[in-house]
Parts: sequence; C-alpha cells; structure tokens
Amino acid sequence: MTGITSEAPSRPNVRFRQVGRPLTRTDAPGKVAGRTPYAGDYVMPDMLHMRVVRADVASARLVRLDVSRARALQGVACALTAADLPDRAVSTDIPGQVGRKRLDTGQQILVRERVRYFGEPLALIAAETRDVADHALELVEAELEPIPGVYDPVEAMQPGAPIVTEPDNIVAERRIRKGDVEAGFAEADVIVENTFRTPFQEHAFLEPEVGLAWVDENDVVNIRVSTQVIEHFRPIADAIGVPHNKVRIRGALVGGGFGGKEDLTVEIYLALLARRTGRPVRLEYTREDSFVGHGKRHPFVLTYRTGVTRDGRITALDVRMVADSGAYVFLSPYVLLYALVAAPGPYRVDNLDVFARAVATNNMFTSAFRGFGALQACAAYEQQMDEVAKAIGLDRMELRRRNFLKTGEPMSTGFVPPSAIWTDRCAERAWAALGEPTPARGPIRIGRGIGCYQQSYGRLTFLHDTSEAWVGVEMDGTVVVRSGVTDIGAGQVSALGQIAVEALGTTLDNVVVYNSDSAVTPLAGTTTATRALYMTGNAVKQAAEAVRARLVERAARAFGVAPDDVDMGFNEVFVAERPDRSMPLVELVRICGAEGIHRSELAMFRAPFTDFLDPETGQGQAHPDYAYGAHAVEVAVDVDTGEVEVLKSVAAHDVGQCINPAAVEGQIQGGAQNGQGYALSEEMLYEEGRLITPSFSEYLMPTAMDMPKVECIILESRSGVGPYGAKGIGEPAMTPVAPAIANAVADAIGVRVFEMPITPERIVRALKRRDGTGRLDSPA
Amino acid sequence: MSNERTITLRVNGREERGRFPAHRTLLEALREIGHMEVKCGCEKGDCGACAVLVDGMAVDSCLTLAWTAEGAEITTVRGLGDLESLHPVQQAFADGGAAQCGYCIPGIVIAAKAIIDEHPEPTEDDVRLGLSGNLCRCTGYTKVFEAVSEAAAVIRAGRSGQ
Ligand code: FES
Ligand code: FES
Repeated sequence: MTGITSEAPSRPNVRFRQVGRPLTRTDAPGKVAGRTPYAGDYVMPDMLHMRVVRADVASARLVRLDVSRARALQGVACALTAADLPDRAVSTDIPGQVGRKRLDTGQQILVRERVRYFGEPLALIAAETRDVADHALELVEAELEPIPGVYDPVEAMQPGAPIVTEPDNIVAERRIRKGDVEAGFAEADVIVENTFRTPFQEHAFLEPEVGLAWVDENDVVNIRVSTQVIEHFRPIADAIGVPHNKVRIRGALVGGGFGGKEDLTVEIYLALLARRTGRPVRLEYTREDSFVGHGKRHPFVLTYRTGVTRDGRITALDVRMVADSGAYVFLSPYVLLYALVAAPGPYRVDNLDVFARAVATNNMFTSAFRGFGALQACAAYEQQMDEVAKAIGLDRMELRRRNFLKTGEPMSTGFVPPSAIWTDRCAERAWAALGEPTPARGPIRIGRGIGCYQQSYGRLTFLHDTSEAWVGVEMDGTVVVRSGVTDIGAGQVSALGQIAVEALGTTLDNVVVYNSDSAVTPLAGTTTATRALYMTGNAVKQAAEAVRARLVERAARAFGVAPDDVDMGFNEVFVAERPDRSMPLVELVRICGAEGIHRSELAMFRAPFTDFLDPETGQGQAHPDYAYGAHAVEVAVDVDTGEVEVLKSVAAHDVGQCINPAAVEGQIQGGAQNGQGYALSEEMLYEEGRLITPSFSEYLMPTAMDMPKVECIILESRSGVGPYGAKGIGEPAMTPVAPAIANAVADAIGVRVFEMPITPERIVRALKRRDGTGRLDSPA
Repeated sequence: MSNERTITLRVNGREERGRFPAHRTLLEALREIGHMEVKCGCEKGDCGACAVLVDGMAVDSCLTLAWTAEGAEITTVRGLGDLESLHPVQQAFADGGAAQCGYCIPGIVIAAKAIIDEHPEPTEDDVRLGLSGNLCRCTGYTKVFEAVSEAAAVIRAGRSGQ
C-alpha cells in the first residue's frame, strides 16, 4: 500500500519520462533467476581456502602461539601469524574519497601480544580444501593468559578501570553549546529527566563476508570482495606495504551491507596470503565468524533533561551520551558526531547543551550501522518527547507540533538545512493512516506510538566528499555508465541507470552500468551515509546532461531551432510541442559520431566543503542536508506474557524526489523490519566480552511471522540536494522505527521500559515493579 | 579422504556426477558442481538461503547430506526459469520489487514455489508460515508477500485459461 504525494510543483521544463516511475530494477531479473554472481560465487583454478584463527577470550596476553602442527598437516599451504608480519597496523577510520588526513586509528592485523576483544584474529590458514583448513584451525595452539577486562563504557571511565585504549579509554569527546541552558531551565515550568539505553545490534546481512584474491601479471593484488567501499584499496596497500596502484578491488553486487561492510572485512587477510602463497585464495566467513568478525552498532546510554513550559514549549535541553566503542576506534568518533548533531531531533531547541563521549571497552568493536548514531539519539529523544508530554498533560502529537523545526530555521549546530522540513506533514499523515484503533481484549492491550526524526544524507562536510561518473552513448544509441559505486541491494546501480536514460532520452533496458572496480570505474566513494544517490546520482546526472547538451545542440542545428526547443525521450529526438519534427536518437548519435562530437563525459560531483565544527560550541555545518519524516505503529501487548505484536506499521517520509518508487518503498519496508528487531527482539548477549548468541537461532530478527505489512506514504518536496531534488532514504527508513514501537508499548501498558530491546522479560519486570510499588517504572 | 563416493545428482532435470565424502552437505555439493545459485547464509538451517526442492519439498540443502539426495529430483532456482523465460514466481518477484540485495531470493523463490504448489490460493497465514524459515534482512517481507500472492494468481489464471 503506497501513496505518493508531490506537493511542490516540479520545475517547468522538466517532464520526467524515466525518473519517478516504479520500473523493474535492472538487477532484478538476474537476482530472481539465480544468475547474479556474488563475490562468493567466483572461483579460480588452483585456489586455496582460508580460515581465520580467533581468540576465544576478550582480554588476554598472548603467551604462546604455535602453528607448527597446523603447518605440518598435509594440504596446508600456509599458516601465518603476527610473527611473520612486519609490525604494521591497519587504519580503521573513515574510508573513501576523503580530502582530509585520517586520524591515527591503527589496529593490529593479527594479535601480537594483547588480545582486546573476543574473536580477535590470531592466525591465518590457507589450505587445499576447506576441510583441511577447518582441520588445521583446530591444530593451532594458543596460550592466552587472561587480563582483567572492562565491559561497560561507564565503568571504563572510572579511575582504576583496566585500560584498553591509552590514556583513559576515552576515544572521542564532543560538545554542542548553544544559547543559555541555565536561563532556559529557569524559564521552564517542568523539568523532565530520563536515561535511555540502546543495545548492540548485528547487521545480519544474509551474505557473510567473502572474497577471492589473486596476484596478476602486473604484480597487482586483485580482490573480488563483498564490500560497500572499494576505496579500501588504499589502507590495504598501506597495510601490506605496496603502492596504492598495486591493489585492485573488484566488487560484486553485495548481499546486504547496512554499514557492516563499510569497514575492511576479509581483504587484508586475503591480500597477505595471496602474496605469500602466490596462489588465488578464497575466504568466506562462517555465520559465526561474521557475528564476531565485524563491528556492531554502538550501544548508547543517553540522559535527557528537558525544560518545558506548561503550554509545551521546550526551553532548554541538556543531553549526556556515552557510547561503547569496543576494543578499537573504527568509526566511533564519527558515529558520536552524528549522535551529537542529532541530539535534539527535528525540534527547535535554542538553549542546548550536549556532551557525548565514546569509550573503549573489551567488547566487540563498534562502527557503522544504518542510522549511524543519529538513530540512537532518535531512540532517546522520541521517547523523551512522550515522557515530556505525559509530564505536562499535553497530547504527544500536540507537543511535537509546537516544537517542530520548520523550514529555514537553524538546527542544533546553528546550520540552516537548505531543503524543506516536512516533519509536520509526515507525522500527521503517518498518524492518521493508523486508522481505527484495534480493540483490546483480555490480557491484550493496544498502544500507539510515533517516531519523528532528522537524519543527514551525504557524508560529513569536513571530509570534502567527491564522486565521479562517466556516461557515454554508444553508436546504436545504447548508454554506458561507469562509476565505482557499490550496490548493496537498494538498487543504487539501477537508479543511476534511470538518471542517465532520463537525460539521454532512452529507456532503462538500454543502459548498462559498470560499477565497483577500483581500477577501471571512476571512483565514486562509498555506498554509506545515504550518499550514493545524492553524490553519484548527481555525478551521473552532470555527466549525462553534458552529453545531452552536445547531442541537443547538434539536433537543434538539424531542426533549425534553438537548443532549448529540442527534447528527447523514448529513443526519439524532437522539437518540443512539435513531435512531428523528430529523428531517431540513433540517427543523431551517428551524425555526432561522424562529426567527432564527443559522446561521453567524465564528471565529478563535489559535496559542500566545510571546516570542522567549532570545537568549543559545536556550531557550524556538519552535513550537506537532512531528511525528515515519521513512523507510526500500533502494537498489541500481552500483559501476562510480555509478548508484543506489531499490528500496524506506517511510514511517511519526504524523500525529496523518488527516482524509483518501488525501490524507495523497499528501503522503507526493510528499515521498518530492521528497526522492529532492534526495538523488540535482537539481542547480542555478551559474557565478559564473549558473544553467546552467535547464530540466527539465538539472535532473533523479525521473520515473515512477525512483520506486519508496512504501509509507505511518500512525500516529495523536490527540495533536496540530490538529483532532481531527491533526498536520501536508506538510513532515514530505519531511524524512527524503534522509538515509535517503544512509545506504543508504553502507551499500551502505561509503563516504560527504558532499555532496548524491549523483550517480554523486561516488560513483565516493568509491570511487576509498577504493580509492586504502585508507581510507574522510573529510570535508574 | 577415505570415505568418498562418486554419486549422481539429478539437478534441474540433468544428471550430474561428483565425488563427495559422507559428511558433504547437499549445499556444498551443489556449489562444488557449479550450482552457485544455491546460497549459503548460515549452514545451520536457520536462514533458508540454501533452500532447494527435493522431490517437490522445500528443504534446507545445508541440513541435507549429499549422499542422501541421490536419486531424488532436485530443483534449484535456476531450474524454475531463466532470464528469457522467468517462472511466474520469479516474474512476480522481479516486477514487484521483492528482490533487494537478492541473496535470500534463491531460497525464498523456492519456498514460494512450494507454498503455491501446496496452496494454489494461499492465505496470508499460508504465506507467512511457508516463509517462516527464510530470513530476509532487506525487504521487511511486504513485497515478498505481495509477490507470492501475485504469482499464485498468475498461475491460477494460467491453469484456468488452459
Ligand atoms: S544456509 Fe542453509 S539454512 Fe542457512
Ligand atoms: S533481499 Fe537482501 S536478504 Fe532478502
């Protein structure tokens, strides 16, 4: 079920023929026919099979590591430990097309002396068969002497806590100060303070990390790998000690990413062993490897203190955040920055103080995950809005209405987002679409909740992000696009094709997009940060429109009219309003070919380049722009068992301009599922840093039995900074879902569970506590 | 490897031979002989990415030993239809935007085929139950549900039209 509302008029001379239509994605037929090769489907003659030997404790000193028995096993080609490597580290921070120097965020490639997290790699094995590699794994002897670890970020900040990262475990600290918070609280009639906790989350892409590497005739290490970021060729080259042009990443269509394939996964291990053995090597993680082998979503503890007047005006907000960074830095400073900037949500707060810290522990390292810190902030600010409404006895929608940030108003960092802010209409539409309430019966209580959000699209502007694309028209009128962008399942490639054929007057079946090869496709940057459509979409549009301009100019001469009077569509070139005066596109292309008119273009799109936010006040521009919207749900809660069923799930987002509505809906519906699992059932349980839920039978994602049909309401303000006014939807789709569910559960049972996931046990406990004390559950 | 045996597997109507040890799963065996369309998501029976039809029943090939599949009729997603001749289930998934990353899709298409074979007019519960062993992390299932209903309708219409 979907409705699309385009409320702003489109620019006058733009008549979309391809963009905005729910076309069958170019990648769909191959995928449903089982013809699409993923990175794990490539094999080579003489290929070796790899495994990674991992530490089975989270904090220890490596006393002895003996791989001699593994090496001696017949069929083992290589067993590598840190002793065999020069003492190189691998940088773990911001990847991609970055114009600024990276932070020093080194991680050891293999454990040298100190194990910092459960599953940290100790050794690499390559063998003739997977069976032999599996066997060799068991022959590696590691003597690990436990060292006291620290597993809670708040404890890790206490004096005397074990030190994971020198000098004090604090890996990042950021602040926003705006207005006069003291005066704001003095002005308030009521002050509401709550602490919210959000959990680890596993990306759980269905395709585990996998790759195949070989050294070619030019001594270039080629790595065919499932990744969101082909620009990792640079840190890989640095880590193995070769020049950057001696590593080539060839992607494939990715079997799901969600941020989990943004960091390096198997690449360095593959590169090392391909060079060491001189043979192709393949490494596919088992599901358990995947659970312990890549970073998770940062758990946050967020304390919100809100000052509000009786009539519902927020006068001050003070926020304290602590994020668990785990054993290595990875993207923690950036995730923290997103959370910081997002702290007040889509609300106008003039007196603001936010203080956020990311702290090292011996837990699994944490890094990028759809929503990237802004989602954790949303989980807190939207629950807090409901609590504030309750405290002053105001309707929770009304409280939101009275405080929504409006178009043209400054956000937390003082920056005025350049696009329309339609949180209000999205919220009204989503809320209304819930329709008639489902009646309660017996122990089943019904509740409703809403989550509104602000989420950036595009990378941090101080990173100076760029993206390149090449577009050309072949002699038969077909179109070729080359761009390094990776397609992680959202239809990134198909959308680029749609943009190119829109500009070049042809149809989607007439374009081939070559992507994801660091050596031969122009580098487009990462498919992360909801940036692929914004950045690479703009680059493709620029390139395609440059080619179009030359074609149109030639056609105008042929028709004897001005170029502005020429239009193209469905493989025809014609005089606008005079379709009888036309010629086939292929004919025009032939003329251009014969006359040497350039039929291709390489374009670079640049995001706004800014300096870093003011270090004292956090004021300035952080991102190119922001997306706004809302998610509303209705839930049924069984107060005897604590079971929650999501009955209705409705999303309303202003996507700026849909490129492919079906793909947009798909993103929204997938985000609804991802957020529902985060709110209710997905739980990574660690004991002293050891993950005890490393499978899909223990880590519970919503299945076909759990998901309601998700209704999508798509609004188009055509005001975004992406192509044709598009914004982004990848991350926004998920961000507001979990707090909407948390608010609905609280609405149903009259008591809030302040910690996600909101499991049946936690619900029953909260109800018992309330009934035992006669008071509502109060935060710790 | 001592305990190896050459077996014949009947896959998508063709006989294919391979030499496998007793512990080799059908998933591994199929991929070893080139059926890369069968996907591995967990090797534990938790995700359904590896589902194939064995004598018409959808099974997790990672939980089936290759030796035990000898003599059975095995159908993978490629056995249903190809690019130029998609099966109605595949067509409905493609047209309905039900495939995102697509990694779960070979298994889900097989599960959908089994659902429709058993329930030509599947109820929502039939569809949900039939897909309960297939995890998808991208779609939220909404478009998958719609595609299964659409495919069932197309298949019914095709039958009654004949
Ligand atoms: S791979 Fe067989 S069920 Fe997951
Ligand atoms: S489409 Fe990606 S897991 Fe289903």
